[in-house]
Amino acid sequence: MHVRSTTKLTLILLLAPFVIWLTALVILPHVDMFMLSIREKIAPRTYQTSFANYQEFFTEPLYWNTLARTAVMSIFATILTLFIAFPISYYIAKIARGKVKSILFLLCLLPFWVSELVRTFGWMILLRETGIISNLLQWAGVVDGPVEMLYNDATVMVGLVYTSMLFMVVPLVTTLDSLDDSYIEAGYDLGGNGFTVMREIVIPHAMPGIVSGCIVVFMLTLGNYLTPILLGGKNSLWFTSQIYNQFITRFNWELGSAFGFLLLIVSSLMVWLGLKLSRQTLSSTMAEG
Amino acid sequence: MVSSNALAAPGAVDLECRNLVKHFGDFVAVDDVSFSIPAGSFFSILGPSGCGKTTLLRMIAGFQEPTSGDIIIKGRSVLSEPPNKRPVNMVFQHLALFPMMTVAENVAYGLKRQGVAKAEIGTRVQKALDRVSLSDAGPKRVDQLSGGQRQRVAIARCMVLDPDVLLLDEPLGALDLKLREHMKVELKQLQHQFGTTFVYITHDQSEALVMSDNVAVMNNGRFEQVGTPQELYHQPRTAFVAGFVGDSNRWMGKVIDIDNNSAKIETSDGLVFVSETAGPDQISKGDRVEVFVRPEAVTLTRGTSVDRAYDNNLTGSVTSLLFNGAASRALLKDTKTGGAITVNLPQTGEFGDLVQGDVLSLSWQRTKAKCFRTDIATQES
Repeated sequence: MHVRSTTKLTLILLLAPFVIWLTALVILPHVDMFMLSIREKIAPRTYQTSFANYQEFFTEPLYWNTLARTAVMSIFATILTLFIAFPISYYIAKIARGKVKSILFLLCLLPFWVSELVRTFGWMILLRETGIISNLLQWAGVVDGPVEMLYNDATVMVGLVYTSMLFMVVPLVTTLDSLDDSYIEAGYDLGGNGFTVMREIVIPHAMPGIVSGCIVVFMLTLGNYLTPILLGGKNSLWFTSQIYNQFITRFNWELGSAFGFLLLIVSSLMVWLGLKLSRQTLSSTMAEG
Repeated sequence: MVSSNALAAPGAVDLECRNLVKHFGDFVAVDDVSFSIPAGSFFSILGPSGCGKTTLLRMIAGFQEPTSGDIIIKGRSVLSEPPNKRPVNMVFQHLALFPMMTVAENVAYGLKRQGVAKAEIGTRVQKALDRVSLSDAGPKRVDQLSGGQRQRVAIARCMVLDPDVLLLDEPLGALDLKLREHMKVELKQLQHQFGTTFVYITHDQSEALVMSDNVAVMNNGRFEQVGTPQELYHQPRTAFVAGFVGDSNRWMGKVIDIDNNSAKIETSDGLVFVSETAGPDQISKGDRVEVFVRPEAVTLTRGTSVDRAYDNNLTGSVTSLLFNGAASRALLKDTKTGGAITVNLPQTGEFGDLVQGDVLSLSWQRTKAKCFRTDIATQES
């Protein structure tokens, strides 16, 4: 009896920080945000419960266009990150050996020692009209006048892929590392070539890592604020900046909350769809990450 | 050294290696190995870990390139062919069955790569599974199978491609003892049934002896001896083979007299043995030699009486009895020097009442003992 109550106390104490964190920082704000999102201001200081905020989102094309654009751009950024990160991860996990392997992994990690803000400013220094690349091109005589490379979708994409790279490389390296070399050798031994071994053995094995990396990158990109705003400027039309506008500029917390909730729903929906399409479960992919 | 079958008619040889050498930096993993394997036989390469047998197998499979030498399969050099084009297939140490595929998909994998028509793949896969008695296992996942069943799937996956040579890299290593014993017999039967040349590498001498038609004993990158299991056991040509294949009592000593092929040897603590000389080296008076006597070659009598009919006589007291049914043994302490000797107890049960401390007289003929010169390289790992 005594022993049992002690174990119980240990368990409660162990769980306490997690429960407090979950309640105070995740559940409470979301409940509050949801309450905010379903009330409508009908007169100063008088509110009523309604779905008017959500209705406004669907009636104003700018809003849902922005969300759709953000989602599509995020999917594109995720796919691009995957395509760039996969060969890198494969090289780190399967081809590089010993010291080279750890150095390469460290090189992927290195940019993340400075804050995202500093990294993004780094890109701005390179790409702006009076920036390094523009000057270099002029000096080399490739162009006549200064070139502005900021404030377009391609630049936003570059910034997003760069920011997300590590979150794709880490789960991929982990899963590829766990693939025994003998499976790859068996694949060749039984007559497979590079392409078929990749398609039949390596990718199916790496699927949990691919999906887990994609989920993380997609959610980070969808909810990114700094990169699209700084590199894309006003043209970026990122949904997070709409939320920011509602909260800070317009002081319309009700609509901002509704937007926040819609973003949450869209991202959950996309993740669910991605898991269904790749026939993975959330637990199997999270075990890899 | 060349196999005794090297002179067999051409065309009857499935796999031949000529002067194969593999260096890893300064380390010589495989050192000038030549052998040929007659078609349809079970050939084992037996050696301790690190002797180079895995490197040798991987060179045959094509995963490693030899530093020099040639590999010839069915009369054609395959050195320029990558692993996916070679007419050999390999059963990996941990089998490497693809976990993301069903059993049938695993077996079908190689056929698909060859571009075989879908309908034909189905029938050939089923046929292959039938032959390893796993007819119903097709739709199962690999992790639903037992260790022995997986073994058979791994073999079926290779055999469905009808390779000229099947390479097996210690596939029984991961199994428990009982299953391993069972699989030894089964592998031998499968080989017989398929009629394909099997090249099997192992560090377990009983696997090699039980299954093989021919065994090569490998040490430090070289073949010490190639022969039938009986030859290796009864006529070892080097001290390494005598020590590695089967159990032996060993003594180190100096030759004090020699007459034709029988040597008189004295150990440093005063024991004198008469033994047959063996091995390729000429043994002469004064040479340091190692004497090997198998536990089953020793004749036991109770008491200390010395039987002059035998060339070697010792007395010893029983220190422990290792009962193991028909393979029961006794550990004895030599009365003169205190050295340990292992002997097999006769299966007649004559010594069934032996207890610790009993004194026995041990004797054996000189033809049952083998001695090898040790001043040349016979290091063991």
